[in-house]
Amino acid sequence: MKSLFLRDIKLAFRSGGGFGLTLAFFLIVILFVPLGVGADSAILARIAPGILWIGAILSCLLSLDRIFQLDFEDGTLEALATSPLPLESIAASKAAAHWITTGLPLTLIAPLLAYLLQMPSSGYIWLIASLLIGTPALSFIGTFAAAVTVGVKRGGLLLSLLVLPLYIPTLVFGAQTVIRATVSLDPMPALLLTTGISLFSIALMPFACAMALKVNLK
Amino acid sequence: MSLWEYANPVKFMALSGRVLPVLTILSAMLLVSGLIWGFFFTPHDYKQGATVKIIFLHVPAAMMAINAWVMMLVASLIWLIRRHHVSALAAKAAAPIGITMTLIAIATGAIWGKPTWGTYWEWEPRLTAFVILLVFYLGYIALWEAIEDKDTAADLTSILCMVGSVFAVLSRYAVNFWSQGLHQGASLSLDKEQHVDNAFYFPLLVCIGAFVLLFITLVLLRTRTEIRLRRANALANRGRSHG
Repeated sequence: MKSLFLRDIKLAFRSGGGFGLTLAFFLIVILFVPLGVGADSAILARIAPGILWIGAILSCLLSLDRIFQLDFEDGTLEALATSPLPLESIAASKAAAHWITTGLPLTLIAPLLAYLLQMPSSGYIWLIASLLIGTPALSFIGTFAAAVTVGVKRGGLLLSLLVLPLYIPTLVFGAQTVIRATVSLDPMPALLLTTGISLFSIALMPFACAMALKVNLK
Repeated sequence: MSLWEYANPVKFMALSGRVLPVLTILSAMLLVSGLIWGFFFTPHDYKQGATVKIIFLHVPAAMMAINAWVMMLVASLIWLIRRHHVSALAAKAAAPIGITMTLIAIATGAIWGKPTWGTYWEWEPRLTAFVILLVFYLGYIALWEAIEDKDTAADLTSILCMVGSVFAVLSRYAVNFWSQGLHQGASLSLDKEQHVDNAFYFPLLVCIGAFVLLFITLVLLRTRTEIRLRRANALANRGRSHG
């Protein structure tokens, strides 16, 4: 399981900078916001928390279809499925590798982008905390949707349609954490709910994911 | 004699063929009488006037939008656990009806919202929740359409329905949380059942009953179509392999 995890991370780093692409996409989304809504810093500061969360979710979406697609096409996934490792562990390891290569870098770059969007300084620590806690949920839910659509040819669009509704609770609680911090409300309840969603996803999504993989591999 | 006997497509077709005409007539009668009673034989609301009468379409449609999803969830679970094809097909058949009910609820809500709240659309928790329900339906239907192998499609949509149900409920509560966070205190209560007068209550019950029957009728009809379609495909394939 450890070697699978390390292999996925290495692949993500080497295959044409999948890691860098995600961050570049995040940067472009954030760049688009002032260009689209105007450079008024009061408006930017107000919408910054939501935009950062939406940007993080969209960037996370980009690399989801890679989680299983290549391994499915060249038969690696089938080989893995027949190995003594349970499919649930494979799913969990894939999701964890996805988080290390997308969620974590997104979290690390987010404060910089928040500065560009003139987010009030009271929000920074909560932005980092909510992304750090919330992005694992994105990876684990996303891995499930990737497993469901792995057999579909050109399933990228379908994958987005399936996974984005599932991201709604994470988005709401994650963004609310930061919004509440910037308008000096207590952000703690929202952060705890984000934590709840995240732990729930980490605990249960690998099982749903393994179910979907089994169907697609039969 | 148990309910599971009707999981056999032949028995299901025989029974549903007999029940369907009765259900059709019954739901049509209830719908017509409920709506006529509601539209013409109830008093105008002292504040909202005649606009209040859209409740007789709005509330039943909204209820069925949610109940259709619940029915899909139950049918999906039965498919996953007991592998009855009729169940999987019934879930597939219910989805377009559910999405239609959702659209009716949103549309009638918008029409009702304009004279009473002064806006067709407001990002109010309950309205938002219905749009969320709509995208869940869209994803579910899109997945059915995308997968060619029928059993794989039934399996994957059932798993999606199961996971989706959990996240749909979570979204409902998330949306409550979100809206409170934006504007405290301002609440537009749609819980009319508690305030509604008996003059409205009984025709509303008839309309809800009519929508339930209408839903059952349509699901049976569409399930029968799906079964026939699958039989036709099987025959066509057999013909091709022999020819």
